[in-house]
Amino acid sequence: MNSVVLETKNLGYLYSKGTSSQVAAINDINLKIEKGELVGIIGHTGSGKSTLIEHFNAILKPTSGSVFLDGNDIWADKKNVRSVRFKVGVCFQYPEYQLFEDTVEKDIGYGPKNMGLSEDEIKKRVRESLSFVGLSEKYLEKSPFDLSGGEKRRVAIAGVMAMRPEVLVLDEPCAGLDPIGRNTVLDLIVKYREKTGSTVIVVSHSMEDISKIATKILVMNESRLAYYDTVSNVFSHAGELFSMGLDVPQITRLFLKLKDAGYDVRTDIYTFEEAEKELLKLLKRRGNNAQ
Amino acid sequence: MSSYIEFQNVTFGYPDDEGNVTNDVIENFNLKIEKGSFVAVLGHNGCGKSTLAKLCNAIEVPLSGKVFVDGLDTADEEKVLDIRRRVGVVFQNPDNQIVATIVEDDVAFGPENLGVDPKEIRERVDEALKNVGMYEFRTFEPHKLSGGQKQRVAIAGIIAMKPECIVLDEPTAMLDPRGRREVMKTVKKLNKEFGITVIFITHYMDEAAKADRVVVMDNGKVVLDDEPRKVFSNDETLKKVGLDVPQATELSKMLVRDGIKIPEDSLDIDELFENIKAVLEAQ
Repeated sequence: MNSVVLETKNLGYLYSKGTSSQVAAINDINLKIEKGELVGIIGHTGSGKSTLIEHFNAILKPTSGSVFLDGNDIWADKKNVRSVRFKVGVCFQYPEYQLFEDTVEKDIGYGPKNMGLSEDEIKKRVRESLSFVGLSEKYLEKSPFDLSGGEKRRVAIAGVMAMRPEVLVLDEPCAGLDPIGRNTVLDLIVKYREKTGSTVIVVSHSMEDISKIATKILVMNESRLAYYDTVSNVFSHAGELFSMGLDVPQITRLFLKLKDAGYDVRTDIYTFEEAEKELLKLLKRRGNNAQ
Repeated sequence: MSSYIEFQNVTFGYPDDEGNVTNDVIENFNLKIEKGSFVAVLGHNGCGKSTLAKLCNAIEVPLSGKVFVDGLDTADEEKVLDIRRRVGVVFQNPDNQIVATIVEDDVAFGPENLGVDPKEIRERVDEALKNVGMYEFRTFEPHKLSGGQKQRVAIAGIIAMKPECIVLDEPTAMLDPRGRREVMKTVKKLNKEFGITVIFITHYMDEAAKADRVVVMDNGKVVLDDEPRKVFSNDETLKKVGLDVPQATELSKMLVRDGIKIPEDSLDIDELFENIKAVLEAQ
């Protein structure tokens, strides 16, 4: 088994602690994320997804429990907190609103510059990140504000990748993108992980998107961790997911309906390829029997 | 059916820093929306969908050509209030649309601005909240609601103004699956039970499949305009303009290619399930 990169022990966070409106945003989270996984986080609005990821790079300090990065408690020594923010790179929702420099090159280079890297190293990383997000070097001199919505999103993601974080966290990277934009971003996330071997964590409301890219799924429900398991194991809890305000991918729903109707099919299916194979098996098997 | 909103040769673009319009977002655009219809609008990012929404209730007016709402010219400044009474717009981010600190105050904001009698406002607010299923949350603070609930409050704020048409610009983009289900159900109900004309802009093919009519835009022009089943049979055109077909349609097409005798135009999983069942039962 791979080594653990991020671990939480009894992690909890209370908003407005000590006041009458105190609420637990996350509660008693125990979690081990292995190196190199592509973790999809799902959960209803307000389930604690964002609060959880804000603990991974020390934006929030736990009100109880601890977070470990590579085995070290990230809050053990305050001097280390800054380095945690470079090791765990978070790309927030609608990151294109945070672009601010006058060229793409400067914008992507902003993170590495803050890390105190040399000019040469910054240049190298900017180009590397730009290729990770599938944009050519022609873009370097352009103003980020002249780009299309999808391109801006990719430049913003490149800005986080340029810090070469051990863990890359993306909060709703496809929100508001059209289908092609969505697929482009999903593809680049998968390729980035393959090329760098980094751990990637993606928060999404789309069960379909998560099913396409994730190796494991983490489900948050009412501030608690509901599941952290393989994609097919998590989507086997269709009824529970539905009552948590979530869903299973549309493809999985088809197989659950077939199963309910008494047909002998697998229900751990969430990709087109698997679905095609299983449906052909069902349709042809029955056809042969009838002959 | 008579057309309720009509775009006649509309051209529109946003001015640059010097105030010159060099890039037309939509050009010579023609579209008729019939009264009481449920029209989905699809198109890639930047194709002009949101501009279309803003032209529907005079947030923007055409540079050339005309937009008519219920026969009223949106460029006629004296008619702006009449037009906004008729057409309400709901945007993508619910947090940007809520103005008050209590749900029912927020819903009352629109009718108050229209100068509706306070007694009637009370009735309209209650009715609007009931229609979106948020009546029991009327005294809540909006920030304590989920995304789907906030979006339904935003919709209630629009229907309290008794519009004849609602334009929703990607209302589900930021919502979780339950929120998406709730908003879709609410909008369907407003259309079917109250005859409100709906223009639903989305990036989700399965949501568009639930409309009566789908308009596909590319570079400010209409490239496809038909009932969902016919639009989604054009998978090549759709993919060329950055879109897709619903997953159920894609899967039924795969089965047809594999030699299975099954309709290739299933619009949703329920329909595909019935079609597969029919094949199995016939064997």
